[in-house]
Amino acid sequence: MLYVSPDTVAHTVKDLIVDLACVLPSDIERGLENARDAEMDERGKSVLRMLCENAEIAAADRVPLCQDTGSVWVSLEIGPDVCVSGDVFSDVDEAVSAAYHEGGLRLSIVRDALFDRSNTQTNAPAFCDIRATDEAGVARLSLMLKGGGSDNASRVVMLAPGAGRASIIDEVLSCVKEKGANACPPLVIGIGVGSTFDKVAGLAKHALLRPIDVPAKDADHQAFEEELLGLVNATGVGPGGLGGTQTALAVHVETAPCHIAALPLAINMGCSAMRRVTVDLKVEAL
Amino acid sequence: MSTARKLTLPLSRGVLQTLHAGDECVLTGAVYTLRDAGHIRLLAELEETGVLPYHLGGQAIFYAGPTPEAANRPFGAIGPTTASRMDFAAPALYHAGIVATIGKGRRNEAVHEACRETGSVYLNAVGGAAAYLAKRVVSSETIAYDDLGTESLRKIELLQFPVFVAIDTQGFDIFEERA
Repeated sequence: MLYVSPDTVAHTVKDLIVDLACVLPSDIERGLENARDAEMDERGKSVLRMLCENAEIAAADRVPLCQDTGSVWVSLEIGPDVCVSGDVFSDVDEAVSAAYHEGGLRLSIVRDALFDRSNTQTNAPAFCDIRATDEAGVARLSLMLKGGGSDNASRVVMLAPGAGRASIIDEVLSCVKEKGANACPPLVIGIGVGSTFDKVAGLAKHALLRPIDVPAKDADHQAFEEELLGLVNATGVGPGGLGGTQTALAVHVETAPCHIAALPLAINMGCSAMRRVTVDLKVEAL
Repeated sequence: MSTARKLTLPLSRGVLQTLHAGDECVLTGAVYTLRDAGHIRLLAELEETGVLPYHLGGQAIFYAGPTPEAANRPFGAIGPTTASRMDFAAPALYHAGIVATIGKGRRNEAVHEACRETGSVYLNAVGGAAAYLAKRVVSSETIAYDDLGTESLRKIELLQFPVFVAIDTQGFDIFEERA
């Protein structure tokens, strides 16, 4: 059997955070450049020029791409022959605190959503989950720095199965029209369809992890993603919400089984500074 | 950026009247950063005394919570946060003498009304361009609410800081053009 230590997880998180805050993932940077070249709206083009230059400045001067350096979201995927202990995330918060202080990143987490909105001064806790995968030998860590504005523009809706595909399209478009401008477009839109009320949001979030230049897993997903992207870009919301055709860089859809009565839908908005990375962890022989 | 109109802060009522929704402008001069928690405090002070404290009359509020200084600049990154979260406070602040707010995204009807009634504006800065925008901030001084950290009230000096007029003094809205 193989093993991943809490120390490996924490070190990996610490090593990745500051780079992720300052250097735009290459697929997103290329996406912004393509959008800039394609945009015909004058204001939209102006916004995209700023966003492309922003990525260059942030990387060159090693300053954050966005002042909202996010909440830290960590997801582990573990294969059938890999062991992790229940305390696998126990050192992550300390790693987050160290990275945020050393990197001059913003501390954006409060102690309790309702009863104590004082800042933790560490940007911890991180929000962590773990899931099983069928792939042997795999211990894969995904890290996302998620801005508050784009998460606020997201939603979960329990639709009626009879309304089907059309109701999903309607809901995505209304979400983009109502909230898209708040989420810093051009967007990367993660969509989850299926599973249960609580898990559908996780599907949407995981959908954001896939690089935007990697196609969906099958023809059905690819066609639906392309259809949604075309419709989202036809809303006219545009870069910065100020008008244009480049409202989203990508729409990613993940689907799952569900109850006969259900059509759960989650829309997780990702902003133009879509900061996420996936790496394989070092596994040790147990 | 060549077509952008150059504006010097603070904005006079006369200049405000000439701004139209959709105009691209660059701002030079002082603005005050304030966001969620700071608005609750400022509103409480305004309600208690009836006047804007900290010499905010005639000034602009920038909805922003920057990162610490970096690369020899006052902030590593600074950019607009979602303005609608400050809709609860904006009408009262416009009526008390704030002449412009800077943020991102749509505002509610009460903010449109306040802009019309007071001859004030809402300006949109580009969300997610915070390293780019930080190069256009030359200084920063904390004025109040220091304990709020990134959410404190700061006076910052802008130099050629790009914005788009989102709601003008007539209440026209850049986000409604394509409705």
